[in-house]
Amino acid sequence: MSDATPTPTATPERPQLPAQSPPADPAETAVASDKAGSGGKLSWWRGDGGDGAKRNLGLIGVLAALIVVGAVTKPDLYGDPNWVWNNVLAILQLASVVGVVTVGMTFVIIGGGIDLSVGAIVALAGVWCTTVATQSYGAGGMIFTALAVGVCVGLVNGVLISYGRLVPFIATLAMLVAARGLAASISNKQTQVSSSTFINDIAARKVIGIPILVYILGAVVLAGWVVLNRTTFGRRTIAVGGNPEAARLAGINVRRHTMLLYALSGLCCGIAAIMLTSQATSAQAAMANLYELDAIAAAIIGGTLLSGGRGTIVGSLLGVIIFATITNLFAINGLSIEAQNMVKGGIIVAAVLVQQFQFKSVTRLLARNRVTTAT
Amino acid sequence: MALPEDDPATASAEAVAEAPLVEAPADTVAGEVVLRLTDLVKTFPGVRALDGVQLEVRAGEVHCLLGQNGAGKSTLIKVLAGVHQPDSGQVEWRGEPATFANPQAAMKAGIATIYQELDLVEDLSVAENAFLGHEYRSFGFVRRGRMARHTRQILSRLGHGEIPPGRMVRSLPAAGKQIVSMARALSHEARLIIMDEPSAVLAHDEVGNLFRIIRELTAQGIAVIYISHRLEEIREIGDRVTVLKDGRTTAANLPARDTPTRDLVSRMTGRTIEYVFPDRPTDDSAGADLLQVEGLTRTGEFADVSLNVRAGEIVGIAGLVGSGRSELLETIYGARLPEAGTVRMDGKVLRPGVGAAVRAGMGMAPEERKSQALLLGEPIYRNVTLATFGRYARLGFTNAAKERAEADRIAETLELRPRDVDRPVRTLSGGNQQKVVVGRWLLGGTKLLLLDEPTRGVDVGARAELYQVIRALAAQGVGVLLVSSEVPEVLGLADRVLVMREGRVVREAAAGELDENTVLDLVMAGSLMEGAPA
Repeated sequence: MSDATPTPTATPERPQLPAQSPPADPAETAVASDKAGSGGKLSWWRGDGGDGAKRNLGLIGVLAALIVVGAVTKPDLYGDPNWVWNNVLAILQLASVVGVVTVGMTFVIIGGGIDLSVGAIVALAGVWCTTVATQSYGAGGMIFTALAVGVCVGLVNGVLISYGRLVPFIATLAMLVAARGLAASISNKQTQVSSSTFINDIAARKVIGIPILVYILGAVVLAGWVVLNRTTFGRRTIAVGGNPEAARLAGINVRRHTMLLYALSGLCCGIAAIMLTSQATSAQAAMANLYELDAIAAAIIGGTLLSGGRGTIVGSLLGVIIFATITNLFAINGLSIEAQNMVKGGIIVAAVLVQQFQFKSVTRLLARNRVTTAT
Repeated sequence: MALPEDDPATASAEAVAEAPLVEAPADTVAGEVVLRLTDLVKTFPGVRALDGVQLEVRAGEVHCLLGQNGAGKSTLIKVLAGVHQPDSGQVEWRGEPATFANPQAAMKAGIATIYQELDLVEDLSVAENAFLGHEYRSFGFVRRGRMARHTRQILSRLGHGEIPPGRMVRSLPAAGKQIVSMARALSHEARLIIMDEPSAVLAHDEVGNLFRIIRELTAQGIAVIYISHRLEEIREIGDRVTVLKDGRTTAANLPARDTPTRDLVSRMTGRTIEYVFPDRPTDDSAGADLLQVEGLTRTGEFADVSLNVRAGEIVGIAGLVGSGRSELLETIYGARLPEAGTVRMDGKVLRPGVGAAVRAGMGMAPEERKSQALLLGEPIYRNVTLATFGRYARLGFTNAAKERAEADRIAETLELRPRDVDRPVRTLSGGNQQKVVVGRWLLGGTKLLLLDEPTRGVDVGARAELYQVIRALAAQGVGVLLVSSEVPEVLGLADRVLVMREGRVVREAAAGELDENTVLDLVMAGSLMEGAPA
């Protein structure tokens, strides 16, 4: 072997091993074949985890059930295709802001952390980008400010957690309190009206019949999916959350990556702040209240493991949409928010129970296979 | 020894149950067989941990269990403690066939276990720990006063009345925690106490105190199963010795004081399974120094260790758990910061941190496969490329197809079974999981491989394959630094051997110049033999 530094694609020769390949065990090949082929060339779209896809099918089932409930309770409305289309857009628009926050939250949770400060960051970024001084720089300045505030606050979280070794729960809880306090002091507890028509138009306008907010949600979800499943950043996220010690011993900079995850969550909050400011054409320190709980709940319903290492962006998106659909369902039936919250709580518990059941049955199945193959 | 068919003492047990709290169970007849194991078998996926164990323990004796790592001692303890259920074989407890369905059942029967890593709740008091799970209570309220009184009685019986029952366990030193563990055993009216390497956490003078307590316990008719790697201790405290090897009893009931060391050692090591080690290269093919370590020190772990590994050479480190070998390996790898000393790769001093070590061409297969090396739920290929996926990526986008192809090639080379690289690693047997960990470093030009217990929990067939792989790597010029507590493995696989004991290298020699007994003597010479010639 050469004494030069390893070249990136250097591949050692195969060690010469004794030719003692065992006869194929039928049980073994049966197990292997149920996993649809091995190795080889695969499409760019494959490989988002078989388990995750199955869980997501369950979520789509829940969504379908909610639509059936809606159709049964309000058959007159659901009989009108025009109304249904508009209602779908309304649900997606309702889901858009929390959806963007949830994408960032999903990364943080898969990476083994939690971010309780997302709602506060949205409020701080919203307030900061609507101050008189910031608005004087126009829409571009406002957008830049919101994103920069989000990333910076996220970085502070990240530094405290990864280099200051604070528990994520505590660091982001402190940030929740502090960021809202800062937002209130910047805005002087007033509602700051946005005078930028560009910003205000984001929520008001549609392109080809679909609200711009929904496009933003779609873009963030797509970007999140690509980053999680197709980039080294995503791979590191799963490794860091799944087994930080293994990641560290494999040469991954766990601390830096953890820090970046919180910055990413902050960036998503910055985007959400612009969307929310646009919706209200104003910002105030109390905006985006309890978004952290909505985002965490959506991620968990979507199958993200709270201890890290497992989760899908699509699942989180479905979680957000299910919540929005419930809200919508209760609204069109004229039911109270209180009843709605009780149902949401029940759904969170039910989703986790179902997932645990699935997970157990899957691992039991695998354990059985292992016993048959390991003889 | 014949077992009494009808134990005359059982009737009196009821009578004394309400009587003094701290005396030994009154129905214990000294010398009576309390525990008899016959042909005990326990298998785990891929491993036959117990393969016909015989054991006979009498009341009032200290019965020592001797065996190398992986001989089945830990599994045996867990079967007795009700953690594992045996697959077959009989457990006879006080003359009756018994099964312990769970740890509570074993404790209720009177078997208490003091594990090596003491299982105490650090933030509860001494009394709360002693009575954890069976607190005195009335109407749902814990009777703290009664518990404290009883704890004080037990502690003074153990000769440690000075430990306040109200003190937090966290604030006690290791020896004090051990006393609390023993107090817990006594609070259960234990008739048999199993101690797993109790001296490992103790300083020299504390061991003497431990022995005094053990003697007092046995004088009250309590049986003790004592596990230790230190032969000197066994001579001092033990009555009889049972030797385990590869899950089997190879010798039972030897007198602890009179059996010659050679006999004990040979029964521990005389293998029924011959490991097949690949041949060493006949010529001295090793190249230039790859790794140079000088004066590496971490207080309490290892001190002043110097060693070198040449390209194409396998260097083995023999030593027991706690001899500082794993910590040494992690320090060389940059996962721990040394207090003194340098690590050089190719003559250049390494910067601290794992990243620098990996970039310099090091790779490590850590001791704890599952907790330190693998993402169990992730597919095999992602585990194989965990350290290298960045190299296949372009502009931050991973190249899964390339990774799969590379992983598949590694899987073929290492004869991974099954060879489907999309399966989660969780579903593989221990040996195949280890191949995944080693295979990770076959990608991307690793020059020095650090292997910590590479064959722990790996079945015999897969072991031979791993040995072949390691030797084949060395033949290609990779340097290997191997740590193992299995002496034959170190001697059979390595070209050169360092023996470590209590954080120091006590001997360095070519593997051919050492034999197993010599190394075991060096490794086992305990703190009671301090100053013994190396």
